[in-house]
Amino acid sequence: MDLGLEVLFKGRNLIRLLGGLGMALKISLIAVLISIPLGILMGSFMTVKNRVVTLILRFYLEFIRIMPQLVLLFLVFFGTTRAFGLNVSGEAASIFVFALWGTAEMGDLVRGALQGIAAHQYESAYALGMTKAQTYFYIVFPQTVRRLIPLSINLITRMIKTTSLIVMIGVVEVLKVAQQIIEANRTASPNAAFGVYLFVLLMYFAACFPISRLAGYLEKKWR
Amino acid sequence: MNPDFIYKVLPLYKDAAVLTLQVGFIGIFLSVLIGLVCSLIRYYKVPFLTGAVAVYIEISRNTPLIIQLFFFYYGLPKIGFKMNAFVCGAVGLGFLGGSYMAEAFRSGLEAIAKVQIESACSLGLSGLQTMRYIIFPQAFALSFPAFMANVIFLLKETSVFSAISLMDLMFTAKDLIGIYSKTAESLFLLVVFYLIILLPVSLLGSYVERRLGRHGFGS
Repeated sequence: MDLGLEVLFKGRNLIRLLGGLGMALKISLIAVLISIPLGILMGSFMTVKNRVVTLILRFYLEFIRIMPQLVLLFLVFFGTTRAFGLNVSGEAASIFVFALWGTAEMGDLVRGALQGIAAHQYESAYALGMTKAQTYFYIVFPQTVRRLIPLSINLITRMIKTTSLIVMIGVVEVLKVAQQIIEANRTASPNAAFGVYLFVLLMYFAACFPISRLAGYLEKKWR
Repeated sequence: MNPDFIYKVLPLYKDAAVLTLQVGFIGIFLSVLIGLVCSLIRYYKVPFLTGAVAVYIEISRNTPLIIQLFFFYYGLPKIGFKMNAFVCGAVGLGFLGGSYMAEAFRSGLEAIAKVQIESACSLGLSGLQTMRYIIFPQAFALSFPAFMANVIFLLKETSVFSAISLMDLMFTAKDLIGIYSKTAESLFLLVVFYLIILLPVSLLGSYVERRLGRHGFGS
């Protein structure tokens, strides 16, 4: 049976597909690099005892959480043009949306990790005569980081999976390249769709599987 | 914002929401079925099948739904499996959700202490009875928060169905923006309809989680 796999090895098709994945990975990497510091900031602010601050952050988090990421992409991509007359490129819109989403998710992880530190840890540190800064630096911070690293690695795989949506606002990434290749080879290999999409699926798997394995390993090790 | 326009296109959004919910519910039902079967296979360590289930779970969890849908909808027909967009959407959601549900159920099943099963055994309960009366009720309560989180996640994932040209909410919004260039109204309705679908489920989820926590099920 013709599985349309030969198309992959024609010309520069393989390299083009990998380049498409590179585009998705680049956007997720930039978004993650923005979200981690902002998320840490947001998570720390979510634990302060100021009702206004926590309420605003809570609202932001819940709105971002409840909306499908594709809706957020549409809101920014189509909405900004309308509201500000700006013509945002698909790439810029997706980096913005994924950073917004990543910050919310990361913020919630940081909040959870910070609130997970038992009160007696603070009390013991103060009883030992540590200052507030010392308590945070030597007691709270190391424990939080240990809990956070596996979770933030998991966030990276979620980010990579979510960036596959950017094809819907016209960014040229894996799926777009795949469509172009299938279209170009329609007569020569009519079954290209099977081989090419299977390859794309496996490519995403190859990108995400090692990262989620690493996260799982660290989670077990540092429990 | 133009109220007349909103009033005019409201039925379109309503139809799209109904379609989204139909595919979503069938897909979630499929994922619960797949999840139950997979978690039981892993729990009882059925030979051969355990390995197959592990491979399925890893593939399903480490690939995005949109790619899975493209493969099912455009790839599989080339080797003789044809599905219409509606069926494909439900199957795709089931394929994705099955692994998430399996993990949720498995964590519930594995949290039941071994001594409970041994006690059931010594009371003369059969394997099936132990599952029905001892393991299942506790495991169900334990995995319920994860189950609700998965339902919300899967309902959100339905937004990618427009990729296989199912006339869902995203499709409708994009269409209306393209035809009438009434961006604000179209996006407003899109957000409102997703809130109508997702907010009750999300509130129910946190309510149930609080209740289960308060009564200390399985803790």
